[in-house]
Amino acid sequence: MKSLCEKYAAKLAAQRLADPGEPLIGGLDAELAWNREDPRTAELAKVFDLLSINSLVFSRPAEPYAAIIDFLASRHPETIRPQDTETRTFLHDIPVCREFTGEAVAAHLKKRKSVIIPGQGIASFGTVTPEQGFVFYSSTIFSCFVLFFSEYLARARAGTLDDEYREVFASVSAGLSDPCTEPPALAAGPLETEDQALAAMAEAGRAVVGYGLVDSFFGNISCRLNDVVHISQTGSSLDELEGCIDPCPMDGSATTGLTASSELSAHEDVYRRSDYRCILHGHPKFSVIMSMDCARIDCPNRGQCHIKCTECRTMDGVPIVPGEVGTGPTGLCNTLPPAMARTGAALVHGHGVFTAGATDFNEAFIRLLDIENRSRQRYFETVKAHE
Amino acid sequence: MTKLFGWTGVVLHIDLTTGQATREHPDPSVYRAFLGGKGLAGHYLRPHATRETDDPALPLLIFAGPLNATIAPTSGRATIMSRSPLTGGICDDSVGGRLGTQLKRAGYDGLVITGRSDVPCGIEISDGDVRISGTDLWGRTSDRVFDRLESAIPKGASLACIGPASENGSPLGSILVDRRHAAGRGGLGMVMAAKNLKHFTIKGTGKVRVHDKNGLKEAREEILRLTAASPVLLGRHGFSCWGTGSIFDLMDSRRMMPTDNFRRTRFENAASLNAAAYKKRFSPRRHGCTGCHIMCKKIADDGRTMPEFETMSHFTALVGNTDMELVMEANELCNGLGLDTISAGSTLACLREITGRDFTPETLLDGIREMARGGDLGQGALHLAETMGRPDAAMTVKGMELPAYDPRGAYGMSLAYAVSTRGGCHLRAYPISHEILRKPVATDRFSFSGKARIIKISEDMNAAVDSLTACKFTFFAASLEEYAKAFTAVTGVDMTGFELLEIGERIYYNERIMNAANGFDAADDDLPQRFFTEPGTSGGGVDIRPLDRETFLEARRSYYFIRGLDEDGLPTEAKTRELELD
Repeated sequence: MKSLCEKYAAKLAAQRLADPGEPLIGGLDAELAWNREDPRTAELAKVFDLLSINSLVFSRPAEPYAAIIDFLASRHPETIRPQDTETRTFLHDIPVCREFTGEAVAAHLKKRKSVIIPGQGIASFGTVTPEQGFVFYSSTIFSCFVLFFSEYLARARAGTLDDEYREVFASVSAGLSDPCTEPPALAAGPLETEDQALAAMAEAGRAVVGYGLVDSFFGNISCRLNDVVHISQTGSSLDELEGCIDPCPMDGSATTGLTASSELSAHEDVYRRSDYRCILHGHPKFSVIMSMDCARIDCPNRGQCHIKCTECRTMDGVPIVPGEVGTGPTGLCNTLPPAMARTGAALVHGHGVFTAGATDFNEAFIRLLDIENRSRQRYFETVKAHE
Repeated sequence: MTKLFGWTGVVLHIDLTTGQATREHPDPSVYRAFLGGKGLAGHYLRPHATRETDDPALPLLIFAGPLNATIAPTSGRATIMSRSPLTGGICDDSVGGRLGTQLKRAGYDGLVITGRSDVPCGIEISDGDVRISGTDLWGRTSDRVFDRLESAIPKGASLACIGPASENGSPLGSILVDRRHAAGRGGLGMVMAAKNLKHFTIKGTGKVRVHDKNGLKEAREEILRLTAASPVLLGRHGFSCWGTGSIFDLMDSRRMMPTDNFRRTRFENAASLNAAAYKKRFSPRRHGCTGCHIMCKKIADDGRTMPEFETMSHFTALVGNTDMELVMEANELCNGLGLDTISAGSTLACLREITGRDFTPETLLDGIREMARGGDLGQGALHLAETMGRPDAAMTVKGMELPAYDPRGAYGMSLAYAVSTRGGCHLRAYPISHEILRKPVATDRFSFSGKARIIKISEDMNAAVDSLTACKFTFFAASLEEYAKAFTAVTGVDMTGFELLEIGERIYYNERIMNAANGFDAADDDLPQRFFTEPGTSGGGVDIRPLDRETFLEARRSYYFIRGLDEDGLPTEAKTRELELD
């Protein structure tokens, strides 16, 4: 367990979600082990006594995330309710805890997957492995980031910004790292053998994570070879795809896709409708924020945009479609493929970006990166126009 | 008495010796402590847990849960529980169909059936009306019972019955519910037969009171959203489209398919016997339990019930059969005779290994028929193997035959099999969820690291799930967090997911207490020797080694510690008191 705790502590730092040396991760089997020594583990250990869990992740986020969550916690004293897909589907909402005690943290974690402790950090847990806590921690940061910037834009449009929000926004915006504009040189196509395809997928997955175009493990990647779609497994980390790719025959002769990404259906339908051979799906933050930005305040579908939006919206010409994760009647499997087949790229409301390439992952990656950078640029332009 | 929300507040006791039906109103604290379904049934079994399985005073318990007959997703299941004639330990089967829903709508949280009728009988429950009458269907196969009674009972009623196997004394005897669903494991059909009870029908017209309809709707939407996002449940290759057989390809590719009575773990003919092949040949349609949107059951175009994954695997790889039609026939025959397909397949595989004789279609079907006659073959693999002087050939835990997941390919599964209160059962901790299906996250299937605590927590979770009563498959996507919200909305009782886990712990420990009373200890929490001495079928980059005995025992020691048992796997006074089970 200790080595797993150390692994996810290092991962939090590598993904710049926490400063190195900051995370505290505890794992319990017969005995409790922490990734490192810290006086706060005595308090955090109480959570293990109070909840039937096997791991606990606690850390103060790196900046600018720490400033964001503290600000949101001041505006939403009890519960933060982001509107992105990750929150809606998995987190539901994020409680705020005012005390750093084992009892208080446990009381909140009894109800939700993560909790924000203003000025201290975020705590989350796992009942199977520390990876769950890592994912919830990461998702909390992602959701709060999206909420912070979305709410600012919405208030700017509505003319309801206040000085405090402006001040924190300016500080947080100044703390954002510069956008990456140079795409990596990924394996050149055509990808003709299974080995080539798998290696290219693993390489592209690492790049997507490395460029910050996806958090935790919520993204996916696929490559079509003849009539077999090779796709990342559900819950796989895009930077650790070796051994985590499923071959799924498109003729329905096998069900090996049982562990494939929940977006297999959408990927397959894109391939059926087009000549693309590679698809990338990431959750770049400003793309998600812009996918949720809408000037129609009086729209009757407001509040259910993610499933009911009927507008032909675009972000700089890239279509924005509604749709939930997976295959339900309001699933993105129904809305994404036609849009993707037409343009090779699409944003899903509150969720992320899908891009395709004809021969290899370079084209898809360049599109993904470009959409995020254009979204970021449009975001600040739109804010400026309304401030 | 204050009227409850969710629960009906009534448990119906039927004594087949006297023909009396009486209504009991349990104290609300009992519901809080045991929820319903498996938990409440276990509460009623405890005082009688050491009775012989043919003792008329041993109750056959049929319980619904607080969520039955509400819009909470997949909550239409019920629990049937008693002491197992196969293992001698406790045995509860979660069963689908309409049973749980009709029981609740009839106004009952559960049925406690005791006594023994002088003549073969049936019970008919229609709301407050309870009738016990003689039946001329004794000796008939289950399909004949359904054929005869289905048209005579009220529309939408639930009908359960046993087949000849139970009547003839086979501890592999199942209880068939609504034709397509089986309470298969552990021989509970034989307990029913010992009461001279051939069938029972339940029909209700009432409604369950829901405390907060909007809250329930919100919880329902959260659960539906999560299941829609689940590849295993509603994905293109998932259970909804293909049935549980969709896991067949995965088990083979992971080299976990029990082949030739667990002597190998890869089946060369798997690709031609997978769910896709069945779909192509039998064009199945979807079917499910009341209130389920996943609909994992499948019905062939000719009306036969499609085999579940375990049946597909055990009647092919385990027994050396490559004929898909023969699997369909074996499944149909087992259900008709009222035999658990997992135990039946495994017992035949045991026979094949000991005799060295392969089955033909005729000998395989004859073997099933012989089992239902109640001879040595019908007593299960352990009895058969011991009788034939080859106890090592019985692939059982606590006398119950193992399902179609080889434990050498998933170490958590090996521990879960060993410590399961029901015996050779995959459903108590269900580590396949994370070791193979990657939910809620993937774990290293070739490691015991962390598994002891994971198994304990999962057992508690599934005990709560079976008590609510919901479908375990849903928990590949949703969690107790969402179901606690549904529970609170339905009952008005504040509850978090972790509090449900705590109740699950009480329910599971209660089962350890009952098993201990029947003499079970660490010696019974073990696996067949084969898994520690023989490798599986390696290849494709996967090395299937024998389990390391010492590491396994270390994990089991950790499990005992975490579960609050002593070194011999027995309940402790302190933990019993802590869980208020004293």
